[in-house]
Amino acid sequence: MVSQMDLIADHISHRFGALEVLDDVSFTVRSGEVVAIVGPSGCGKSTLLSILGGLLQPSAGRAESRGAPAPDSRNPLTFVFQDFALLPWCTVAENVEFPLLHCALTPCERRAVVDDALRRTSLSDFRAAYPRQLSGGMRQRVGIARALAVRPAILLMDEPLSALDSQTRELLMEDFVGLLADGSMGAVYVTHNLEEAVRIADRIVVLSRRPGRIREVVTIPLTRSERGNIHARERLLALQSELWSLIREQAAEAEREVQHA
Amino acid sequence: MLDRAGDPAASPPADTEAEARPVAFRGAGFAPRAGRYSGWIALVLVLGLWQLAGSAGWVNPLFLPPPSAIALAIWKLALSGALWNHVSASVVRIGAGWILGTMAGLVVGFAIGLSSLARGVGITFISALFPIPKIALLPLLILWLGIGEEPKIATIALGVFFSTAISVYSGVDAVPRNLIRMAQSFGVPFASIVRRVIWPGALPSILAGFRITASVALLLVVSAEMIGAEFGIGAFVLQAGNLMQTDQLLAGVVMLSLFGLAVGKLINLLETRLLHWR
Repeated sequence: MVSQMDLIADHISHRFGALEVLDDVSFTVRSGEVVAIVGPSGCGKSTLLSILGGLLQPSAGRAESRGAPAPDSRNPLTFVFQDFALLPWCTVAENVEFPLLHCALTPCERRAVVDDALRRTSLSDFRAAYPRQLSGGMRQRVGIARALAVRPAILLMDEPLSALDSQTRELLMEDFVGLLADGSMGAVYVTHNLEEAVRIADRIVVLSRRPGRIREVVTIPLTRSERGNIHARERLLALQSELWSLIREQAAEAEREVQHA
Repeated sequence: MLDRAGDPAASPPADTEAEARPVAFRGAGFAPRAGRYSGWIALVLVLGLWQLAGSAGWVNPLFLPPPSAIALAIWKLALSGALWNHVSASVVRIGAGWILGTMAGLVVGFAIGLSSLARGVGITFISALFPIPKIALLPLLILWLGIGEEPKIATIALGVFFSTAISVYSGVDAVPRNLIRMAQSFGVPFASIVRRVIWPGALPSILAGFRITASVALLLVVSAEMIGAEFGIGAFVLQAGNLMQTDQLLAGVVMLSLFGLAVGKLINLLETRLLHWR
């Protein structure tokens, strides 16, 4: 049975002390949908993701889920972190097993889940390696395997490729597209990279500069499977350029603000 | 179509007029590495010189007895059983004080690292009491606990407690917050986060603290034994000094040094075993 869970941002506002970060942000991530959040630096993208995933209490509004995740989902809202967040004292297999340790699973069942997650991320040969022995791309694969192991309804990805080199980024992006292709999982994908956003998302939420407000919600007029061919690439490039024109001015202003701070 | 270079060895045409010079190497130094035997060789050289100075009469052996005299004193003390009496008395005091202080320090350190209430109260007291030289409290502890072993053990425990508590809560504070958030994002219970994330994350700092508390314990046991004890290395060293038996005095110092080295080795072993992932 697949997940039928929506994630709703309901009039979310947030401030850190006197600093207003988010202002009245509302949107819905439907079951199986991939929504990218883009915007200038400091517009509150990661803050919004933390609120959606229950790691931060918003100052106003709330994050809600509607419907039910798949019965075998052990953590419906699961993060994939920019810095991988792997336990350095645990091997690859132990890192993937970590979120399962408090679930009601026998050691045999746990082992089967870990094996499956490692196989899906091509990490089976590295199960005994420690994070320090892996490249950045491999470490992020471990982060993805750990997320897959708990069978999430919605993946919350906070710039998951930004710490990686361009070739590794390309390879992992292909993996993400493959993993999300069957619609069994939805995702919220926070990025500053518009190319990634148009490649992976069904819809793109464009935030304004701080305090982040929704400026536009752009629907990608192509299914994810259609985006591989050359004509689609041209359309995506055009879309990317449109998005850039939407945020260019504000990105420059945000940059100037950082320099003057 | 990609434009590929035909010959990988091909290089842009060189200016044949100008003379080619090697680029000067500037990256040397700033990477000290101890040689495998250099420490031992230096030790043997120093001992040899010291022995020579004593044997040749360059130094009065009453002020600085040669290594052979110190070794002989240790041998005699071992044969008479006095060495064992003194060393075992000190080891028991250090062991009891260190374990008590470490246990209390671990509990209080973790409480300060994990609870806002404990942090508010604990840091104030630790900041106020940590700078006090703990040996200054020995007379008060003798008043409270009598003149037996208890005040000496309590002095050591107090000294160990503060350093341990500080290294534990510093270690807890140093655990990367992203790891804790990761565990929370998977709904991992609090106790499991403490056991599987915070404890291993704080362990490097805790073990570094053990290294410090071992030397604190050694310092305090010697001081406490010098103030009031019949047996113990501190009492023995003081007694030997009073009787101008400098060979025996230095025999006691050598025993202290060996004890410190042994504890250091033990902590190295612990680190190798528990921090193998680094």
